[in-house]
Amino acid sequence: MENSNSISFYNCHAIDIKQIPVVNINKFRNTVIEDVASRKRIVSFFAVPSDSSSFYLYAILADDKSGKLSALSSEVYDKYPSLTPDCAQAHLFEREIAEQWAIVPEGHPWLKPVRFHKSYIDSRDAWNRNKNEQIKPSVMDFFQVEGEQIHEVAVGPVHAGIIEPGHFRFQCHGENVLNLEISLGFQHRGIERTLLKGLDKKTLYYMQTIAGDTTIGHTTAYCHLIESLSNNQVSPEAQSLRGIALELERLANHTGDLGALAGDIGYLPTSSFCGRIRGDFLNLTALLCGNRFGRGLVSPGGVNYDINAKTADLLAKKLIELKKDVEVAVKLLWNTSSVLARFEDTGIVSPEICRELGLVGVPARACGEEIDCRFNFPAGIFRYAQIPVSSWHKGDVFARAYVRWLEIQKSISFILDQIKAYPQVLITKDKKQPAPDKLCVSLIEGWRGEICHVGITDKNGSLSHYKITDPSFHNWLGLSMAMRNQQISDFPLCNKSFNLSYCGHDL
Amino acid sequence: MIKALLARIQQKHRTIGFPKTEPQLPDRFCGKPEINQTNCSRDCKLCVEICPVAALKKENKILSIDLGKCLFCSQCANTCPESAIKFTRDYRLSTRTRENLILSKDEMNLAAALDKKTKSLFGRSLKLRQVSAGGCNACEADTNVLGTVGFDLGRFGIQFVASPRHADGLLITGPVTENMKLALQKTYEAVSNPKIVIAVGACAISGGIYENHFEVNNGAEKIVPINLYIPGCPPHPLTILDGLLRLLGKIENK
Repeated sequence: MENSNSISFYNCHAIDIKQIPVVNINKFRNTVIEDVASRKRIVSFFAVPSDSSSFYLYAILADDKSGKLSALSSEVYDKYPSLTPDCAQAHLFEREIAEQWAIVPEGHPWLKPVRFHKSYIDSRDAWNRNKNEQIKPSVMDFFQVEGEQIHEVAVGPVHAGIIEPGHFRFQCHGENVLNLEISLGFQHRGIERTLLKGLDKKTLYYMQTIAGDTTIGHTTAYCHLIESLSNNQVSPEAQSLRGIALELERLANHTGDLGALAGDIGYLPTSSFCGRIRGDFLNLTALLCGNRFGRGLVSPGGVNYDINAKTADLLAKKLIELKKDVEVAVKLLWNTSSVLARFEDTGIVSPEICRELGLVGVPARACGEEIDCRFNFPAGIFRYAQIPVSSWHKGDVFARAYVRWLEIQKSISFILDQIKAYPQVLITKDKKQPAPDKLCVSLIEGWRGEICHVGITDKNGSLSHYKITDPSFHNWLGLSMAMRNQQISDFPLCNKSFNLSYCGHDL
Repeated sequence: MIKALLARIQQKHRTIGFPKTEPQLPDRFCGKPEINQTNCSRDCKLCVEICPVAALKKENKILSIDLGKCLFCSQCANTCPESAIKFTRDYRLSTRTRENLILSKDEMNLAAALDKKTKSLFGRSLKLRQVSAGGCNACEADTNVLGTVGFDLGRFGIQFVASPRHADGLLITGPVTENMKLALQKTYEAVSNPKIVIAVGACAISGGIYENHFEVNNGAEKIVPINLYIPGCPPHPLTILDGLLRLLGKIENK
């Protein structure tokens, strides 16, 4: 559906920034709300300061059916009518815009900080906090339930395990959770603020550590973006190696998650087998580049490591061994009634909620939503080699686990095919200067889901704005909804079935 | 039940022989760097300039590399026209002091064991509380993996526990964000004396790639005293394990 209020374009295709319609805020609001109502999704929504005291709001929407993206813009000052009351997908983006740029979305139902940092604009603050006032993390008004026998449980930031920090506030009636509110920001280390200063020799390393377990995903999204902005063609061999690394990352994490899910319900065989197999998948990435997380493998223009026939053979051989191991370990889950009893009907997210919140990745596909960037918005090697979308319909813990297992099988076949097609890969890293006055959106399906990077260049071809959206940014509220009317004791299991990133959210 | 048993037989025994046998590392693994000062030409500063975290310094014609900052990206080695820097596959990198992480020659003062009294307390049972304070979850992941059957940390008497009240010490990852500073302080205070603190990864040691961002505190050192430094971005699980075992006096060789 073409709409004159927005421009439509493809993933990883740079467009002239001037082509993006700048409409008044009411039109902007209505267009986004109507588009989302007609099954588009907000993939990114952010503010860019103009030369004067105003800001341009940019909304990037995805139409999964047609594989097209659309963008529109509106000029605002220090406030605008919030979209959230009519479009829940906008809720966290609007809070983020308010926190970063002190632009108040008026009428936002729960306008609270996202990451608990000072505004990027020295003189203003969306909550009128004093400039010298210390901002304390997770100190805010939490949603509260009142009544007899209602009690509140607060957990975190430091958790009982080797886990990232976050604060969770449960409103409970007996054992049942009426609401869970999640407040993050403890991992906030200023990545986006620093990127606004432009790219430098540290940029690639920021990309590698946006979420350390998604090094390949975020780095590839960044590289696709830079390459599209500078019209730089990457060799098919390098694209294939990036694809292999992306799927190895998925394999390691999905396997680890299935093991951790088994661990959370006390089913130790799969827990212990998968813990080891996860490490062996990471070791395959280390076979390619020396680092278990793929640090340094992908860089703009191609890849930093070559692969010869001997390495390719070894990779294939080890992968076939692991395929057998992971199959034996995971199938135990589906054959054990005590496991199924805990997985099935726990933490259900309905397809309606999934669409309303714009969930992505495994949790969305577990609600039957056929969304996967590798299929809907293919970039890199996925334009030539397709991976079918794996989905399940129940929206419960079982569905989120089972989708992972389906994806494990498909990723293994993909990698084996790619090794056969491109057994030799050479180092390629030609760099080119990005074109001036462009906007480009780069979507890629990381193991958690849709990773979105948006870059804007100025008149000199330098990156003047960079926006990162980790899949966790969309999905944390999904976990809250999954917990409604669940027993609080099911929280670890539900949490693990989403396994969202704190650092990817906090940036 | 029979299926679980058959699966157990199929999966085999997987615990590595380390530290009795030497571990296997990938061919391309980047471990301890070696600097050949005689090859390093006098005026060239290419490596210093390319380093994303200013880990390299050239003072009085001596090139040094700070492992507490180093991301082990090997860009310096790749850019050096004289091959004066080489990353070896030596995974043993832990030290007891910050200064010992600054290398200018091949020899390195690896971590020594705790003093006799502390070792007698923790040597056979060390319970650690992990605090993730702004990390990217890679150091956390490679610490977590020590608990799997592959490494089986439990066989050395080391265990991660759920409360600082149960712990003998902290293992810290991440550059310590402003937002985690108070939580780290409180967790440290909640551990009873005597206690030890281990900093894992470039972020926890120096701030790493996030050094000098005003959102972070450039590592844990300014907030709590550190007893063991384990460098890397992230350190390989074996580097972490080697460091822990050296601290407990279970590995002493060079």
